[in-house]
Amino acid sequence: MSAHNCDTCPSHAHLAQMGLKVDRFDRVVALAGNPNTGKSTLFNALTGLKQHTGNWPGKTVTRAEGGFQFNGVRYKLVDLPGTYSLLSASQDEEVARDFLLFGTPDCTIVVTDATALERNLNLVLQVLEITGKAVVAVNLMDEAKRKGIEVDVRSLSRDLGVPAVPVIARTGEGLQALLTSVDGVITGEIQTRPRRPDGTAEFNAALAELVPLIEAAAPGVPNARWIAIRLLDGDVRVEGALRTGELAALVSRQQRPDDRFSKKIALQGAQ
Amino acid sequence: MTSETGALPLPGVSRDRAGSSAPTGADPESVIRRAEQLRRGLTGNFRDEAVSSVYAEAERLSRRAVRQHDQDRRLDWDQRIDRIVTSPILGLPLMLVILAVVFWLTIAGANVPSAMLANGFFWFEARAAALFESAGAPWWLTGFIWHGVFRGLAWVISVMLPPMAIFFPLFTILEDLGYLPRVAFNLDFLFKRAGAHGKQALTMAMGFGCNAAGVIATRVIDSPRERLVAILTNNFVPCNGRFPTLIMLATIFVAASFPPVLASIAAAAAVVGVVVLGVFFTLAMSWLLSRTVLKGEASAFTLELPPYRRPGIARILYTSLIDRTLFVLWRAILTAAPAGAVIWLLGNIYAGDTSLATHSANALAPLGRAIGLDGVILLAYVIAIPANEIVVPTMLMVYTGGGMMSEMESMSELRGLLVGQHGWTMLTAVNLMLFALLHNPCATTIITIYKETLSVRWAALGALMPLALAFLVTFLTATIVRLFV
Repeated sequence: MSAHNCDTCPSHAHLAQMGLKVDRFDRVVALAGNPNTGKSTLFNALTGLKQHTGNWPGKTVTRAEGGFQFNGVRYKLVDLPGTYSLLSASQDEEVARDFLLFGTPDCTIVVTDATALERNLNLVLQVLEITGKAVVAVNLMDEAKRKGIEVDVRSLSRDLGVPAVPVIARTGEGLQALLTSVDGVITGEIQTRPRRPDGTAEFNAALAELVPLIEAAAPGVPNARWIAIRLLDGDVRVEGALRTGELAALVSRQQRPDDRFSKKIALQGAQ
Repeated sequence: MTSETGALPLPGVSRDRAGSSAPTGADPESVIRRAEQLRRGLTGNFRDEAVSSVYAEAERLSRRAVRQHDQDRRLDWDQRIDRIVTSPILGLPLMLVILAVVFWLTIAGANVPSAMLANGFFWFEARAAALFESAGAPWWLTGFIWHGVFRGLAWVISVMLPPMAIFFPLFTILEDLGYLPRVAFNLDFLFKRAGAHGKQALTMAMGFGCNAAGVIATRVIDSPRERLVAILTNNFVPCNGRFPTLIMLATIFVAASFPPVLASIAAAAAVVGVVVLGVFFTLAMSWLLSRTVLKGEASAFTLELPPYRRPGIARILYTSLIDRTLFVLWRAILTAAPAGAVIWLLGNIYAGDTSLATHSANALAPLGRAIGLDGVILLAYVIAIPANEIVVPTMLMVYTGGGMMSEMESMSELRGLLVGQHGWTMLTAVNLMLFALLHNPCATTIITIYKETLSVRWAALGALMPLALAFLVTFLTATIVRLFV
């Protein structure tokens, strides 16, 4: 946490690691991203916890939670398993997807690998379809530099419509700027305009018709738009979840504090 | 039911626990029907279009944001190393060499500290017991506390701590370096042939640390069928609780017949041999499961080979020593203390002329002999169901009975005890290694299998299949050896 080159953040900006103290918090921030992009390293850097971070995709299989304080505001940080897309079926990726969709975090940090940005942007775009309350952390900037890769973060921000911040999670570089952006997105100081692919007119009309129906059928379910897209796609799992009421249960479960949460989960990403 | 517990959607498993709060207001059925109607009105395959539009967009955005300067040498290095590490010819042998080096360092390095710890603990035990006696404490109290509970703890710590403190950092270095995905890459063709998922190699590698952790790690496998195969066969890689048994046997039986210079190398080779056998059984049982109860073909998947990264020394030490070593050791201590108490009681409560321990060992003896072991070993395995770590300590404590145990100053004394006094042969040692490799997982792992599958049947199969295999294999080796020797 020593050297950060942050010229925009106010001088009183202050990060305090809170470890496992997550019983009282003001905001919830989720860490999403492809496998092995350094989510857990960022999680450790922010919370001061020592969750193990192996260099292989699939290291984190459950969500881990930790706390930190920034500018006097208490945050709960949720480290999610790595996922390539939000359509996948494996258990660990489902944990990530369900939390992003139904856990309604105040902001989602999508951690990306600067050395493989194209592949990482697939997930970013899918997350942006769900929520505009997002900040893209372009991690592994040091590795990218060594490989002769230069990322124009400003142009990326402009194109995506949400802040993109270069960070080096391993050394803590850029974390202040990242958190300042997160704060700005949550308070509305930074207006995001997430990039979303335009569907065809008939597709948009179909969505417009389905969304209110879903909201009536499953009151209080966030992201009815995403559910509508899945239903149009004929996703039998989503159909089943809607039919049995599992969807509502899923939502309430995501929004409850994780009752199985323990130090072990935080440290090992396992129960 | 699904995401939070990580449970598998399995037939026969109740999945509607949370279904009590069905939504009211509108009928989900009608929403789904409407969606189906609307879908028919949409032109083209919109899913493919949506996916490909995301891909095209990502490509466009990254082209605008990313500049690639001249190729640098580091990238070259990664590729050059990978060409060797994942080469079809050198990949597997290199893997075996790395494995052998890890075990050799573990065995060679753990020997002396283990003996020192044991001596220290037993010196303390003798002094403390003497102090109790001189203070007029009843014999059963001294025995229960010092020769029971304390001795159990002393054995577990001195047998387990040094190997773990060496093995875990080495394993963590390989993990942080990025070697595990390469292992998965190298073994993929074997798993595919066995009808299992290539990522099973990753979960198998996690099993070296702890089988329960390996079972949880199977969540990275998407297909429920292949995930179950991985769960049920994870037990066939020896976890850290079982390594001390293997290392001890390899040291006192295999290494003893080699000159001292080669002894630790021979012991490491023997342990590697057992591990390779474990991988063989993993593949064989995966193959069997994929053709019987879990029929199906291996599914395709992509696996990233991450860049090699220099592991951070401080983090390695923290993770491997605090999180892993102390964590596993603490668990072992929690089970060793009561186990020590149980053994002491069994050894000191008499029914007629013989102790309960002797009674139960005698009762198990015929079965034990049939598989080339003896009653005491089986008794130790029964007592050690909560945690495999305590098998060797339990065995030694039953052998030495309630009486005082001579200080185990060296492995040769241990050999003297086992071979000289209790009639162990090479067959006993080999079969015990096989049994340790194959037998049922510890209680924690069985509970984890239940939690991950939410099925008593799968948990039972996960426990009984290895046990049956262990009996079968050891029975066969014992029978064959007895026929020819």
